[in-house]
Amino acid sequence: MASEVARHLLFQSHITTKTAHTSSQVSDHEQKQKESPRSLTMSGHVGFESLPDQLVNRSIQQGFCFNILCVGETGIGKSTLIDTLFNTNFEDHESSHFYPHVRLKAQTYELQESNVRLKLTIVNTVGFGDQINKEESYQPIVDYIDAQFEAYLQEELKIKRSLFNYHDSRVHVCLYFISPTGHSLKTLDLLTMKSLDSKVNIIPVIAKADAISKTELQKFKIKLMSELVSNGVQIYHFPTDDETIAKINASMNGHLPFAVVGSMDEVKVGNKMVKARQYPWGIVQVENENHCDFVKLREMLICTNMEDLRDQTHTRHYELYRRRKLEEMGFMDVGPENQPLSLQETYEAKRHEFYGERQRKEEEMKQLFVQRVKEKEAILKEAERELQAKFEHLKRVHQEEKLRLEEKRRLLEEEIIAFSKKKATSEIYQNQTFMTPGSNLRKDKDRKKEPGYRLELLCFDVRACETIGGRKDAEEGREGPRAPGRP
Amino acid sequence: MDPLRQSPSPSSSEASSPRTLSCERLGYVGIEAVLDQLKIKAMKMGFEFNIMVVGQSGLGKSTMVNTLFKSKIWKSTMPGLRVPMPQTLQLHSMTHVIEENGVKLKLTVTDTPGFGDQINNDKCWDPILGYINEQYERYLQEEILITRQRHIPDTRVHCCIYFVPPTGHCLRPLDLEFLQRLCRAVNVVPVIARADSLTIEEREAFRHRIQDDLKTHSIEVYPQKCFDEDVNDKILNSKIRERIPFAVVGADREHMVNGRCVLGRKTKWGIIEVENMAHCEFPLLRDLLIRSHLQDLKDITHNVHYENYRIIRLKESHALPRGPGWVDLAPAPSPAPGPAPTGTRASPGPAKVCRWAEDNSDEDF
Repeated sequence: MASEVARHLLFQSHITTKTAHTSSQVSDHEQKQKESPRSLTMSGHVGFESLPDQLVNRSIQQGFCFNILCVGETGIGKSTLIDTLFNTNFEDHESSHFYPHVRLKAQTYELQESNVRLKLTIVNTVGFGDQINKEESYQPIVDYIDAQFEAYLQEELKIKRSLFNYHDSRVHVCLYFISPTGHSLKTLDLLTMKSLDSKVNIIPVIAKADAISKTELQKFKIKLMSELVSNGVQIYHFPTDDETIAKINASMNGHLPFAVVGSMDEVKVGNKMVKARQYPWGIVQVENENHCDFVKLREMLICTNMEDLRDQTHTRHYELYRRRKLEEMGFMDVGPENQPLSLQETYEAKRHEFYGERQRKEEEMKQLFVQRVKEKEAILKEAERELQAKFEHLKRVHQEEKLRLEEKRRLLEEEIIAFSKKKATSEIYQNQTFMTPGSNLRKDKDRKKEPGYRLELLCFDVRACETIGGRKDAEEGREGPRAPGRP
Repeated sequence: MDPLRQSPSPSSSEASSPRTLSCERLGYVGIEAVLDQLKIKAMKMGFEFNIMVVGQSGLGKSTMVNTLFKSKIWKSTMPGLRVPMPQTLQLHSMTHVIEENGVKLKLTVTDTPGFGDQINNDKCWDPILGYINEQYERYLQEEILITRQRHIPDTRVHCCIYFVPPTGHCLRPLDLEFLQRLCRAVNVVPVIARADSLTIEEREAFRHRIQDDLKTHSIEVYPQKCFDEDVNDKILNSKIRERIPFAVVGADREHMVNGRCVLGRKTKWGIIEVENMAHCEFPLLRDLLIRSHLQDLKDITHNVHYENYRIIRLKESHALPRGPGWVDLAPAPSPAPGPAPTGTRASPGPAKVCRWAEDNSDEDF
């Protein structure tokens, strides 16, 4: 009993050290290591052996996602092979050879077999190897793969994210189609594979394998593998760590690269219809292991290792991309004094920096704006002043003009008055001279010249006399008394 | 591999209807082999499950855990030998690895002695919430590292079993407070403890009253209604929801009944068999937790509760005051199971429940 108590106490004290929390991960890890070897035997059936089934059920509900990238020259048989692999006619038309750049075309299909739903995305390179200058051929492919990683990373870094709903578009496997020359890898192939090997699982296949004979094929395969190894290209090797599939995977690893033939046409062989290619000299059966490695490829790609391919993509290639990207952005796990620095803190620091930067920029812009406004205002004021001055000036000029004109008018009016006075006096004078007819010689002359006029003038004169007389009388009235002398 | 797969055969696969093209599938491809691959991978990796039992002392928590996993996970404490009651709430965790038929399960059980035992039980849920959030925090820190581990160790609490004392009346204020706060942070499964002190009718009445109480206070216990994905789930879960909270009895002693050896409690008036549905609802609890919904518990913890925590945590730094001399970077939340800070963060208002609901509202599959 006492020992039990003692053990209990020891037990409790051991446990409470665990709950005394430390944020450093190292000591936690140690504690966990202390804890984990404790295993327990159960005295009955509990029932959690159904756990894998529960997991499988959940995966069935969610569906699976698989993305294949096919890289190879135009016409090498990519689409046909995919059709044959999945036993479906995906797409009809052949692509042209005349594209100026390499493009990638992705198409998503939903397949279902018994109760497993697969969302399959096939990405094809269009125009690969067609250009005269092939330097830029593999860059679009690398960019595409990076873009998918980036999209996933963005989703993962979001604050409000939905990863379980996310349609995973990262490329899980790249089937690289090697053309069956029988000699060696082309430079383009080598370069492309080298640039892709750290980003995606590469499975090289020899396309159109019915163009090579068996002996040539063996030599070709050996040559290819040795070239790949000597150039340091990391292709995907099927995993050999799990006993159930280790053996078959290991043997398949020896058959890499697979020499495949694709065909959706059916030919009668014996009494069965099989998928095959018919030549005058024989029939190449797709699913005959003696003829080509198609069955091996299907077995490895889909039946045995699909999950591992996805796993590798997520845990190796994606993590590598993520690490590189975050380090590029300046995040680190360990701070300057080797203190563990969390992403959160770095992120905060960076954000603070950016925020400060932004504040500063805002201030600058504000200042600039204010200054510009002031300048504009000054200019406008200046203009206004000028206008005002002009206006004043014009007004003044106008006034002066006006005065001058007034002056002139006055003068003219005076002149008019003077003139009319003169006219009046001259007419009086004229009248007086007309009373003594002979005096006005000029007038007589005029009269002589124009008799009609003379008559008229006579009349005029008479009348004029009368009126003039009238006026004269008036004037005489005025002047008359003046002439003799005013009374 | 299966030799039958080598030859093409007219298969029983249905013609599919993909999005872009309607293809007709002929023959067998082998896609469903991916299920086997999954299983192999899962068996290799093993499973993890973290459970927490909360309730006043003497309600039979440790015994219940032992009964659930049919092993002596805890030494059930006998009254005389117990060390003096802890003055504050402490959390004890124990990890075990159990194996059944090749499936390895790493089980972590967290006990909370001292819960609700003091005179003043104000804020006694804070240490528990602190612990739960601390696990989330740990996972988050691991997840946002640059160089992450291949498999992040999952210590987040997947399920919290809350023991309701069998008063027979209704939920007490302490229960209500606790449930309200916790159901937003973790999956809570309430059970009526020591149900052998209630008759069947009393149990039913008590259960109904508890259900009404839960509804009145809008406490969503597991299985939550808003996460039912499709019709089958709804049917299954509604059946379970009708029986929540389960009336359970725990026992780790075996007795002979009718020649069979059963787990049960022996009393003067009879033997209460734990695994007999007529006596108590322990089998239901066990089936729910282990046989059918374990993966679901883990999924909801990962996809909903953890995400909610992450959102709040990442947004918090936005809310920090920013002045011209701001240098104080957002520290990680204080790890010690302490009062106010963890409490205020972990018990937000209805906004969290809404977000919770809308996060997982449509999973269209």
